[in-house]
Amino acid sequence: MPEIKVKNHRVIKHPILSEDAPCDVSIFVDGKEIPAKAGEPIAAALLASDIHIFRQTAKKGYPRGIFCGIGRCTDCVMTVDGQPNVRTCVTPVRAGMKVETQIGLGRWAE
Amino acid sequence: MRKVQAIVIGAGPAGLAACIEIAKAGGKAVLIDENAKPGGQLFKQIHKFFGSREHRAGVRGYDIGSQLLKETEELGVEVFLDSPVYGLFQDPQGIMVSYMHEGQEKALLGEKVILATGAAENALTFPGSTLPGVMGAGCAQTMINVNRVLPGKKVIMVGSGNVGLIVSYQLMQAGADVAALIEAAPSIGGYGVHAGKIRRAGVPILVGHTIKRAMGKDQVEAVEIVALDEGFQEIPGTGQVMACDTVCIAVGLTPLTELAWLAGCEFTFIPSLGGHIPIHDENMATTVPGLYVAGDIAGAEEASTAMEEGRLAGIAAAEALGLYDEITAAPLKGSVWTRMDALRTGPFGQKRFDAKAQMLETAKGGKE
Repeated sequence: MPEIKVKNHRVIKHPILSEDAPCDVSIFVDGKEIPAKAGEPIAAALLASDIHIFRQTAKKGYPRGIFCGIGRCTDCVMTVDGQPNVRTCVTPVRAGMKVETQIGLGRWAE
Repeated sequence: MRKVQAIVIGAGPAGLAACIEIAKAGGKAVLIDENAKPGGQLFKQIHKFFGSREHRAGVRGYDIGSQLLKETEELGVEVFLDSPVYGLFQDPQGIMVSYMHEGQEKALLGEKVILATGAAENALTFPGSTLPGVMGAGCAQTMINVNRVLPGKKVIMVGSGNVGLIVSYQLMQAGADVAALIEAAPSIGGYGVHAGKIRRAGVPILVGHTIKRAMGKDQVEAVEIVALDEGFQEIPGTGQVMACDTVCIAVGLTPLTELAWLAGCEFTFIPSLGGHIPIHDENMATTVPGLYVAGDIAGAEEASTAMEEGRLAGIAAAEALGLYDEITAAPLKGSVWTRMDALRTGPFGQKRFDAKAQMLETAKGGKE
């Protein structure tokens, strides 16, 4: 197979696709700054930073992450810029977004 | 309220093809999609398509997607993105389509409406199936091929249909290790050529096996797989634990039919097409006047057939709008049917051909 290069979980060199564009913005996940690409789904930026737990269930606190990737199952919802239950698999990244691990149904920012 | 000749819901292969046909006939079509970008699932298909030259075989899915987008642009199709449709209401002048855009409720009246909403991947339930790291194979495919992000390093693929086989190979192309592909049935579900590719790359394909549980504290760390007998029951003592950080589920698709239910379409149940399907005739017309379906909502198949169904629905809607007379429309529809019949041949296509034939019988009024 031709050369494959993966760096920080991002597929930089791919045998068929052209070279990957670099990250151009930052977002904040539970206060921590991570690199991201404007316009990519929030979930993609999280996986690229090795973040797999997006929320905890309401009653038992079980971890949940991305599942369907097309906005149907709502397993990947998080609190984004103070708004709970945002589907991170279909919501594009904007520079400076504040993303929080959601506990249960989440809370609106004051 | 603004009124247009046709509204197409869903900007994947079927919806784009439908708009192209309506525009070619001189009609005005508006295309609505809930996503930020058009193309549906075409842009993650980095493999070359099957079929004959007229089905664009040998062309990669994303190139087909780009061609369709270019055509819709050149033909002046109006596209509303980031606009989820939540309601369809019958109106004396057509069908009212309600959708959201940037937090605002909006509505548009279409003389004809074509639903091309696609399908969703089926889930599989087992202990640990809710752990982060268990995901749809199509989800992983979007991550690696569109977003260029690897969801994990070591993958177990569940399901040996074409999706399971192709995504396994593409995960390796993106740098992941596929530890095994497991299949509950006694034989591989997809094309031999795809299975051969991943076998040659050293991935074991374990038929007659299923996943018993996924283990891990906060995310997947391992799975236990077991062998199954002919009755799909676990054979005791065959359990084996395999380390992995990702489990991809590729066990079929279910048509996204919510809008067709809302509109009051009559349904039929055809398991080989993915379950409940809105009844549609040889023009892709449902039982609701003015409402058509095309692509996976009319039975989960593949992008090539979805495009042909989109064309058929588009031509039929154009004819119903009076943009084509019967003499002009008949050969156009005939050539679509010829191409679709050719796509529905062979050991895999024949089942879908038979299922679609059964659908047409149902639409003609024959009882199931």
